[in-house]
Amino acid sequence: MDFILVIVVEVLYAIGALVLISAGLAVIFGMMRVINLAHGEFMMLGGYATITAVDLGVNVFLAMLVLAPAVVGVLGLVVERLVIRHLYGRLIDTMLATWGLSLLFVGIVTMVFGNTTTGISTPIPGFALGDYQVNGYNFFIVLVAAALLFLMLAVLRSTRSGLIARGTMQHADMAASLGYNPDRIYMLTFACGSALSGLAGAVLAPLVGLVPTSGGAYIAKAFITVIAGGPALIAGLASSAGVFGLINQIFSFAVSPVVGEVALLVAAVVLLRLLPRGITDRLFRESL
Amino acid sequence: MSINRRHFLGGSAALTGAAVLGYPAAAADAIKLGSVLDSSGIFDAYGKPMDMAMRLAVADINNAGGLLGRPIEVVAYDTQSDMALYSQYAQQLTREDQVDVVHGGILSASREAIRQILRKSGTLYFYNVLYEGGVCDRNIFINGVTPAQQVEALVPYAMNKVGARTVYILAADYNYGQITAKWIQKYVGDNGGETVSVDFFPLDVSDFGSTIAKIQSTAPDLVIAPLVGGAHLSFFRQWAAAGMKARIPLASTTLGVGNEHKVLTADEGNGIMVAYNYSQELDTPKNAEFKRKWAAAYGDDTAIHEIAVSNYQGVLTWAAAVREAGSLERDSVVAALETGISVQGPGGTVTVDPRTHHAVLDVHLMEIENQGMTVIDTLPRRQPIDTQAVCDLEANPDDNQQYEIEI
Repeated sequence: MDFILVIVVEVLYAIGALVLISAGLAVIFGMMRVINLAHGEFMMLGGYATITAVDLGVNVFLAMLVLAPAVVGVLGLVVERLVIRHLYGRLIDTMLATWGLSLLFVGIVTMVFGNTTTGISTPIPGFALGDYQVNGYNFFIVLVAAALLFLMLAVLRSTRSGLIARGTMQHADMAASLGYNPDRIYMLTFACGSALSGLAGAVLAPLVGLVPTSGGAYIAKAFITVIAGGPALIAGLASSAGVFGLINQIFSFAVSPVVGEVALLVAAVVLLRLLPRGITDRLFRESL
Repeated sequence: MSINRRHFLGGSAALTGAAVLGYPAAAADAIKLGSVLDSSGIFDAYGKPMDMAMRLAVADINNAGGLLGRPIEVVAYDTQSDMALYSQYAQQLTREDQVDVVHGGILSASREAIRQILRKSGTLYFYNVLYEGGVCDRNIFINGVTPAQQVEALVPYAMNKVGARTVYILAADYNYGQITAKWIQKYVGDNGGETVSVDFFPLDVSDFGSTIAKIQSTAPDLVIAPLVGGAHLSFFRQWAAAGMKARIPLASTTLGVGNEHKVLTADEGNGIMVAYNYSQELDTPKNAEFKRKWAAAYGDDTAIHEIAVSNYQGVLTWAAAVREAGSLERDSVVAALETGISVQGPGGTVTVDPRTHHAVLDVHLMEIENQGMTVIDTLPRRQPIDTQAVCDLEANPDDNQQYEIEI
């Protein structure tokens, strides 16, 4: 019984982690159609921002939840102004440019922080679940992921800026003719997406060590989750993260973490064969 | 380094002149020590301190008047954690630089990439890293601890200390981890215990949540973890974060080799049992002297780790053999090494085992404590019995392979 509870916790954690990893990309790629191959590096930078801030004596939660997203968000803004805005609508070019960016970030971080693994301890103690000890930080990740989904939903559905952003992504010309400046909206949306990536990197940093090339571990999972999610931003994110997280953990427990990863990828292939345009192309069609 | 025509002509002219005049031209010529290490890239945590240690050893020898009255010149290449660069630079060292000896290689893959090149060109090779054992080649000398030396000491100590009967093994999924896991199983059995499970992880796995739950469901008395690299370091964090440290004790055959215990916090690392040839906390005059020299050369001594010391001891061993042989010619140096030459290093006495070209050395049982490795006990003069079981270069000097040791 306790063991089942532990599995449930781990499944929730896996889903939460996938939501976090993919949220920033869901905005940048799902909404804006920018193939951001530097997504993993945005996360990595969020992690380094957190570790640096904690080393300087900043409270770890403040560093993770406020500082890191802010730093990466501003960085995203700069990147958008310098590079991305010239490349909207040019998929292959953005791929090349963002891939170059990712190499650049890895290089800079290697020069500044060195190429050795760094990290911080998880700020939440473990606790007992019946006969089992569970990593208390897992719950924090689940909470952050849930809050994030809720927040994104609230912003996109119930605020004016959310509406404008969605409208601009669908029809930039129409938004412009209504008096909004698409250029500005693209810029801010990209910055928001970057900030989400930074948040994910920051929140995951205490769990896993960080090296400048850490971003590479996330990029494939993020793209798979977003693409399998389909056109609806939040419902897609939640449903594909749910499916993949569940499958990953079931196979991790039944066999090994390696098989869990393999199962996730196999599931993605099968899913995309059956639903080539993503889960929300068929299910939850009316949702956001 | 490049050779242009002017240098070449100048050098040739000088040589010709020397030959004609019959000067003892070699007297002032430097001895060339080649080094190939990953001083940058993902393995630089291992490679940088190894490079520093090698240079420190060479500086020591040069300050004491050099070898055979000649100074040593270092010819070092940074392989950038790229296995393809190893063979390229090995070719360069043997053909263009024509070095007298090569020290280097970190991962087993890098060693195997250059071992045959150096053997063919007749360039003596020292591989100074803890590894999985079994290499049998007259041209190579290896002074890192092998699994039998380390695991044979660590397993009984850890099992007795915590009164363990059941052991769970988590290992890196490549030859080092696979072979080491076999040795752990053997010694767990020899000590009356039982291995309840062995899990292997590719080097990029960094999420151990399900593993930690699984370990709890089997409730072993002890976990032994030959995990390797930065991603695997997460296991120790997540283990501590789940509050498991107070419940099930941990031992490792790799944690600390690249000073990983200094990356973990004290709470995460404290109490983990390890066994190596070296610890910064080793309280011997040799180690104190070594740390002082290191600090004088590099500012502080925090970077020193197990395989940096192995590299240092490797250079000392080679130098001792050259002195003994009175020559740089490979076969006489090998013959001198095969007399069972010994050096006093920071990790204790290191003796060449003539049959295997591995090392007989001290293994220290240690516990990680406040980001240091406190020495609990020293087992002197451990033989490399795993490699000795398969390799006898006295009987088969032409042997040239890495044995997979059947346990």
